Amino acid sequence: MSPAMDALHNAQVMNRAALTRRLVAKLTDQAVIGGIGNTNFDLWAAGRRPENFYMLGSMGLAVPIALGVAIAQPKRTVIALEGDGSLLMQLGCLSTVAARGPRNLVIVVWDNGIYQITGGQRTPAAAARTDLVAIARASGIAESHWAADEAEFEALAERALGAPGPWFIAARIDDKPAVTQTERDPVRIRDAFMRGIGSRG
Amino acid sequence: MDGTPSVTWHGIVAATLRQNDVRLVTYVPDRVLTPLIAAVEADPFFTAFPTTREEEAVGIVTGAWMGGMRGIVLMQTSGFATLPNALASLACACQIPLVMMVSERGTLGEFNLGQAMVCRTMRPVLDALGIEHHTITRLDETEFIVDRTIRQAVATQAPACLILSPLLTGGKRFPA
Ligand SMILES: Cc1ncc(C[n+]2csc(CCOP(=O)(O)OP(=O)(O)O)c2C)c(N)n1
Repeated sequence: MSPAMDALHNAQVMNRAALTRRLVAKLTDQAVIGGIGNTNFDLWAAGRRPENFYMLGSMGLAVPIALGVAIAQPKRTVIALEGDGSLLMQLGCLSTVAARGPRNLVIVVWDNGIYQITGGQRTPAAAARTDLVAIARASGIAESHWAADEAEFEALAERALGAPGPWFIAARIDDKPAVTQTERDPVRIRDAFMRGIGSRG
Repeated sequence: MDGTPSVTWHGIVAATLRQNDVRLVTYVPDRVLTPLIAAVEADPFFTAFPTTREEEAVGIVTGAWMGGMRGIVLMQTSGFATLPNALASLACACQIPLVMMVSERGTLGEFNLGQAMVCRTMRPVLDALGIEHHTITRLDETEFIVDRTIRQAVATQAPACLILSPLLTGGKRFPA
């Protein structure tokens, strides 16, 4: 078994809402793109920030959107929060990220092994014991890591916010739904985000 | 001045993108788009790179626009056919001035039945989503259509699609 595989199986099962709060507590001016469903709902629950973009549809596009923001604003760190099922839908984006090598991009993946929001069906990756961190590393993202527990998640987040990326951090999480829901107003969300990151006055 | 950049469709497109400060070009390649891709990749004004899917290219250009940088997505007709969900749920829902440029396969001498069929879905999808689209057939109209379409997309915060007809580009030749 590869070291990454060991890390996957040794990683503790954590909680998305709790980890999201821990991450958000560390932020200053970083932009955050929250992926479809639970991922952006728990970002919303962790406290409204003008630098957050809550992606209500377009499953799988949190990382590409974050890459776009990172290219447009190279001085700002941009974080993509994405579910494992969503990432599986757009795995090629990891090669695109690796090819561009944005130093200011951090990808965080919540791996519950299921499509929680649609009924908890198991993903093919979970059935096959696919290791998402190994995929990210093999795609060319050198800083790809499993967070073994909350303390390591925090330590990795600190490193990622301070040192050049791109970073890929994955956490195994439980099967809990999000603790609340985002207000569904895409135009307002987009406009607030643009004002929050200074691209609109 | 040898005149080449301004008298080809791709020279006009590249110059018009530049005039409108469209700096980011993401694409999944197509044979007909090759000279445009080569032109923008050779020009340091542009940040141009391929993606693995057209949806990904749409996501990147959307993020860049929200971050203050204008972009365009280049693709083939078949690539456009992978996009309705991303267009509806992201570009249309969030009112993003996503400019797309599609090299039209499937018409005027197509040799691949699949391309011909997928081509028939493109304009109905654009119409169903209420996305402004123009088909460029003539060199002398290219600058006007590209320039005005970009301006309108930005001013009205709406996605738009430019379709490059084989009448303009020559298309892909029937293999002899
Ligand atoms: C293209 C597309 N296919 C399917 C869906 C339905 N859908 C919405 S969320 C979701 C599951 C997302 O899974 P994951 O990212 O792992 O997040 P989780 O629900 O487990 O938190 C699915 C299948 C969709 N919105 N878009």
